[in-house]
Amino acid sequence: MTPLLQVRDISRSYGPRIGCADVSFELYPGEVMGIVGESGSGKSTLLGCLAGQLAPDAGEVLFDTRAEGPRDTLKMSEPERRMLGRTDWAFVHQHARDGLRMGVSAGGNVGERLMAVGERHYGEIRTQALDWLGRVEIPDDRVDDRPRAFSGGMQQRLQIARNLVTGPRLVFMDEPTGGLDVSVQARLLDLLRGLVREMGLSAIIVTHDLAVVRLLADRLMVMKDGRVVEGGLTDQVLDDPQHEYTQLLVSSVLQV
Amino acid sequence: MMEISNLSKTFTLHNQDAAVIPVMEGANLTVAAGECVALTGESGAGKSTLMRMIYGNYLAASGHIMVGDLDVARASPREILTLRRHVLGYVSQFLRVVPRVPTLDVVADPLLAVGTSRQEARARAGAFLERLNVPQRLWQLSPTTFSGGEQQRVNIARGFAHAYPAMLLDEPTASLDPVNRETVLQMILEAKQRGVAIIGIFHDAQARRQVCDREVDVGAFAPRVPA
Amino acid sequence: MSEGWNKMSDQGQEMDAYNFAYLDEQTKRMIRRAILKALAVPGYQVPFASREMPMPYGWGTGGVQVSAATLTPEDTFKVIDQGADDTTNAVSIRRFFERTAGVATTDETAQASVIQTRHRIPETPLTEDQILVYQVPIPEPLRFLEPSEVETRKMHSLEEYGLMHVKLYEDISRHGEIATSYAYPVKVEGRYVMDPSPIPKFDNPKLSDCPAIQLFGAGREQRIYALPPYTRVVSLDFEDHPFIPSKADHACDLCASRDSYLDEVITDDAGGRMFVCSDTDYCRTRRASATPGLNSPDMTEACS
Repeated sequence: MTPLLQVRDISRSYGPRIGCADVSFELYPGEVMGIVGESGSGKSTLLGCLAGQLAPDAGEVLFDTRAEGPRDTLKMSEPERRMLGRTDWAFVHQHARDGLRMGVSAGGNVGERLMAVGERHYGEIRTQALDWLGRVEIPDDRVDDRPRAFSGGMQQRLQIARNLVTGPRLVFMDEPTGGLDVSVQARLLDLLRGLVREMGLSAIIVTHDLAVVRLLADRLMVMKDGRVVEGGLTDQVLDDPQHEYTQLLVSSVLQV
Repeated sequence: MMEISNLSKTFTLHNQDAAVIPVMEGANLTVAAGECVALTGESGAGKSTLMRMIYGNYLAASGHIMVGDLDVARASPREILTLRRHVLGYVSQFLRVVPRVPTLDVVADPLLAVGTSRQEARARAGAFLERLNVPQRLWQLSPTTFSGGEQQRVNIARGFAHAYPAMLLDEPTASLDPVNRETVLQMILEAKQRGVAIIGIFHDAQARRQVCDREVDVGAFAPRVPA
Repeated sequence: MSEGWNKMSDQGQEMDAYNFAYLDEQTKRMIRRAILKALAVPGYQVPFASREMPMPYGWGTGGVQVSAATLTPEDTFKVIDQGADDTTNAVSIRRFFERTAGVATTDETAQASVIQTRHRIPETPLTEDQILVYQVPIPEPLRFLEPSEVETRKMHSLEEYGLMHVKLYEDISRHGEIATSYAYPVKVEGRYVMDPSPIPKFDNPKLSDCPAIQLFGAGREQRIYALPPYTRVVSLDFEDHPFIPSKADHACDLCASRDSYLDEVITDDAGGRMFVCSDTDYCRTRRASATPGLNSPDMTEACS
């Protein structure tokens, strides 16, 4: 099987300071990988580099495109990369307001990606928007409301619907449950798990919450000072951590 | 089906002056298809540690853990994930699930993971729950709110839902009433008849005698030079 | 056009206080370059160094600069505001060019060679000898949904126009139909999405395949864009909600025209109202040429 994503020696510095350094890994179709580490560990920099939001100083990000097989997304032209960003890739931001158009109705938010890839039938767009709102458990009668009027958990679910409506194959998530109540988090996690399985999604989830990766991620990478210090099966890394830092990290949190 | 040879395990505690604690050394164990082997030994002897290593949850320091064709001690995460999905089942002592997911879906989950249709997966999950006397009115509730015994039965139903060729059972009959205990033992015997290779931990000596072909004292795998 | 420009630069020294058509020749050159570029890339917004004009932003400073750079002494100039020649805005701009360029002015669409407009396209079909100059408040059609200029420029350059349809989607979801009735977005020659300035969508079809040159000037936003003659301009829509260039379902109460865009005029406090052509020249011409009995003197009074 061809990996969906092959990351090779990604490095990015901010002047003399290391953002992330020499990160390599492979992600296979249907796999969910967690990246954990404390603030400043470089996990967000890495995610930005992978998702094409930040230009790394060195390295390759090979994505298995539908048409041409693996291609280095860093060498793609900007239009190609942006096209990828609204078809096969999705990005779920920590703050829904960064990933939603707050002045546009829920239906319009979900429909945008469809219209961006050329859908021009209002009825069809609306049907698909309603279907997706249902899948993320937002009632039909909220379709014309703006996300401003939604709760935090609902906004986050809307952001997920907006991202998944075009059937992407790879989803980047930056602290998707950050800032939500614990009960709301659980609902979101359950939803994400279901969608990942149903759609055969691959995902890369950056978080500092070990409980989130325990429930969502098959594999885990632990980052410190811009480098990956440990990686492996999620439960193995959490239950039998090898690296000094991972042991500290795992022992620092309440039992998960 | 499962063959463990010369397996050892150490824990390195970096946060306690990098103390290295050997916990197992030279472990050897073979389990054939249709065989059930009980791990024995006093508390702390390393029964659970061995099970966790076989499941890939703990890393081996050296040695081999063959489950089917795969050496878990050397396999990549992806290979272990495939193994867990299709070949190797694990009934742990504790149920760990996403809160809010209905019991029926918790049990059907391993079936969905191997591509069974939702309808069929739910039907089979329901059959197991029924057999383990989990009342139907609870099926749509999350098991996180259940009593210990109920949770254990959900856990067993989930572990047996997919017909794995190899299984690890950690205290499957603990905290069960006599009727359900008997059902679980019956399920284990049926699995053996299907040719499932089983490694189990049973504190219940009578249950052990009823279902196990052999006992292996894990104490024999204790490191010769304790830390 | 070029003949006139040469002549003026020859005579440049003879002007005492002001250059012909107010702007200095350097500025005009800069604006003409922008206009030529805009004509070469139809629908593309060309940045230009908009000057301070002796009128406030929002009063047509963009249009005035484009007109000033376009006018020659031989031109006949017409200004309309919402279709009328006699509103404050139209009168003051017309007077401005009478003073600074000394060009002939007219109310008659057919007589004018340069027409500056705010919010309308004349009903009388334009010809190849004419230039229509639009005053544009906000040139960026994507602005209301995407506040970042960097992002909107990128969207134009990469033809990422899904957002434009989001706006129309929002219209339909809220009003059951595309309720945008003016500044209705169009796509030019299958490439750039363009804001046609706040003309009623009734006028949109006239943008397309028009024999005249159409120039758009936004003073405050410092953008010029253009449609060369006979450019294909398509109003955006959905397959199941096609573009409809609607107007009030009524005939003009003065000239009886059923084909022209109408203004609704409230005539008294009792709710009395009438519909009249927004294009005053068109209406007057029709009344002068025919249809006796309809144009009673009182009604003319009421509307003027």
